[in-house]
Amino acid sequence: MTHVTELETEASRPLTPVAPRANGRVRTSRYRVLGEGSTLTLSILSIACMLGLWWLATNMGWIRPLFLPKPQAIWSAFQQAVAGDLDNHTLWVHFFWSMYRVFSAFALAVVIGIPVGIAMGVSRIARGIFDPPIEFYRPLPPLAYLPLMIIWFGIGEQSKIMLLFLAIFAPVALSARAGVRSVSQEQIQAALSMGASQAQVIRHVVLPAALPEILVGLRIGMGVGWTTLVAAEMVAADAGLGKMVYNASNFLRTDVVILGIVAIGFMAYVFEMVMRFLERLLVPWKGKV
Amino acid sequence: MPKLEVRDLCVRYQTASGIVEALSNVNLTINDREFVVAIGASGCGKTTLLSVIAGFLTPSEGEVRLDGKPVTGPGADRGVVFQRHALMPWLNVLDNVAFGLKMRGLSRQARYAIAREKLALVGLADFESKMIYELSGGMQQRVGIARALASDPEVLLMDEPLGALDALTREQVQELILDVWHRTGKMVFFITHSVEEAIFLATRLIVMTPRPGKIEKVYELDFCHRYIATRDARAVKSSPDFIRMREEVLGEIQRREALSTV
Repeated sequence: MTHVTELETEASRPLTPVAPRANGRVRTSRYRVLGEGSTLTLSILSIACMLGLWWLATNMGWIRPLFLPKPQAIWSAFQQAVAGDLDNHTLWVHFFWSMYRVFSAFALAVVIGIPVGIAMGVSRIARGIFDPPIEFYRPLPPLAYLPLMIIWFGIGEQSKIMLLFLAIFAPVALSARAGVRSVSQEQIQAALSMGASQAQVIRHVVLPAALPEILVGLRIGMGVGWTTLVAAEMVAADAGLGKMVYNASNFLRTDVVILGIVAIGFMAYVFEMVMRFLERLLVPWKGKV
Repeated sequence: MPKLEVRDLCVRYQTASGIVEALSNVNLTINDREFVVAIGASGCGKTTLLSVIAGFLTPSEGEVRLDGKPVTGPGADRGVVFQRHALMPWLNVLDNVAFGLKMRGLSRQARYAIAREKLALVGLADFESKMIYELSGGMQQRVGIARALASDPEVLLMDEPLGALDALTREQVQELILDVWHRTGKMVFFITHSVEEAIFLATRLIVMTPRPGKIEKVYELDFCHRYIATRDARAVKSSPDFIRMREEVLGEIQRREALSTV
């Protein structure tokens, strides 16, 4: 047994650092991968070009402000919104209410959607019960069932959060269900033959194995949530980014519409970055096994 | 004295083209400290036999008894080492080995103590905080062995555990398995495709044949004891009677193959 240990130690010894040359540079080799490399410079350039073209087209008078206002107009709309001069709320109040609704719905979808999805993955009964309703309502446009939400849950916060919840729930539940399939039969058998109960297998094997796909589902679900925000705040909302956009469109305030779009898009982007960070933190094994 | 008995075992599968008899009237007794190796062409039912012993598969007829108690499902008294390691990638090496103990409610301290002891047994004491994907294939398989040992099972069931390893690593892990077996005194049921591996490890070698799967021939061997006495695997594997036995078993398997293809 001793020589086994020796050989493995040799293989696991840390790599010897190469002494730098006189000019401080060492040439290295590597294999090339399709589509590799950083995209940061190009992305900044792409955004700058779009902004430049926008500025040029509007300031040269190629496009009328009703169709596309000048970038400066968006900036002044932003300042007006922050000061609360657009309507009776400041931009932050709109922002807060939208975040409150979206994240309440998101939390509900996490708490309900993940267990339902896991149950659908591991149990014939749960799959039989939940599959038809979820697959039926999932492709429906939220605007189509918005009136039902209002009739059932009233014009308060409940109907808005329910609409967002329904939009986010389906992708979360379906991804958790799909994630169950990434557990290997051997992993389950191994856990059982170490004395684990069925419930322990679900908690300690199925759930962690499904986590990578659940996280993807949360990202997709949240994406759907943002797209539903305007619909949710269309009726009887006092404040909210969606409400702000909807009102502005009625008054042909294209600058405020664009301001709202940028605000929602920015928040969605930040959320996406946070989720990607969480993914690296929680499932470092993803793609490595 | 612990004893594993397989009695009149039949396993039939329903397939699209009719009923297939995977195992037909298999009888096998594994006694304390025995190392039983099953070898045979694919489709001879060796993995089916292991699955029934492990409790993953209910037999169509017959029964398996461990210490006189019938086997009705998977349990911690039968540790399984899989062909692909089947470790949990979200846990580090130590937590993988301690997994079964955690499921059985042992305290953190108690389970880590046992896990460290088993890791030392397979020569991985320095790797407890590594993640599974940071290990080589041979090391992963050794974690799998340590994990199966952690629950202190009465019998170790190994389904081609070395099949995915390169030749050099494979021989090292063979010796390690014999060492572990010798030190722990567990019963072992081991499946392999390699005749040399089978003869080197087994105290008893069972040759299985397909269609229907059954035990065709049994050899009582002692090359593993010779290795444990001399610690010289090369000398054992190159000795004339080892080579003679290898040729005999190979000839036996090939003769059966030729008969079944006619």
